[in-house]
Amino acid sequence: MNVMINGEAHDMPPGATVAYAVQALTSATSGIAVAVNDEVVRRSAWDTTPLSERDRVEVLTAVQGG
Amino acid sequence: MDDLIIGGEKFASRLIMGTGGAPSLEVLDQALVASGTELTTVAMRRLDPAARGSVLDVLRRRDIKVLPNTAGCYTAGEAVLTARLAREALGTPWVKLEVISDERTLLPDPIETFDAAERLVADGFVVLPYIGDDPALARRLEQAGCAAVMPLGAPIGSGLGIRNPHNIELIVEAASVPVILDAGIGTASDAALAMELGCDAVLLATAVTRAQRPELMAAAMRGAVEAGRAARLAGRIPKRRYAEASSPMSK
Repeated sequence: MNVMINGEAHDMPPGATVAYAVQALTSATSGIAVAVNDEVVRRSAWDTTPLSERDRVEVLTAVQGG
Repeated sequence: MDDLIIGGEKFASRLIMGTGGAPSLEVLDQALVASGTELTTVAMRRLDPAARGSVLDVLRRRDIKVLPNTAGCYTAGEAVLTARLAREALGTPWVKLEVISDERTLLPDPIETFDAAERLVADGFVVLPYIGDDPALARRLEQAGCAAVMPLGAPIGSGLGIRNPHNIELIVEAASVPVILDAGIGTASDAALAMELGCDAVLLATAVTRAQRPELMAAAMRGAVEAGRAARLAGRIPKRRYAEASSPMSK
């Protein structure tokens, strides 16, 4: 199954969750937030939210700015 | 005490800092400490797994409240999503709402900003919108439930100072939420002028982070904001066309 994580294609096993996708990028769990197809997925739901083919996952954090 | 109160929270410092443009986190850290700020903006971006250190660590270490912004958003929809992600990542309902119209001027888009402000207020956010120096828009955003309004002095990063002091005064006169002069500050006298005009606070970043000596400029801005605030409270003398002797010859 192919999902886009921060604009890059990743191959994930079927049934992979949001938590699995986040772990592909970072081991951090605080200071980051996730949206799937432009909807925020609360941290408490990462483990139980499965991804689907071609989902767009955005993993954001705070950086210098403004 | 002459505290700044935004959304029911008190701040002893009236200087809000941005974090963009600092050459390193060490320089930023020194500048933030010298500025005396208690509230500082950060942007939300895609996580970079290779990044070392975080601006959040600096703010946490210095006990500075984080104010996420929606920099980089061009539409209300993007800004609302970014604010919601910031609330999830940082655990704060505060947001500096910034919706820009084009890359060349980075001027705020009033229509998208107002739309996003209404949606975010309805969603429980403490909304601080970045806007042009437009008194009518400032009033409408206050009526929509924003916790402050943040008119620009001049375009972001331009250092052109306050281009329309009269409009800033009009915004201040009509507002019952804090007015925070945001963007355009180039040097200390600009920050002092903002406070003399009656602004409740000043937000700046580039003027400090890209100064030759950021820490020294941060200290200068701190002094300027304090001096400008004191002058506003003290009440300046009226301007006259001709001299008035301070030691008259006769009674």
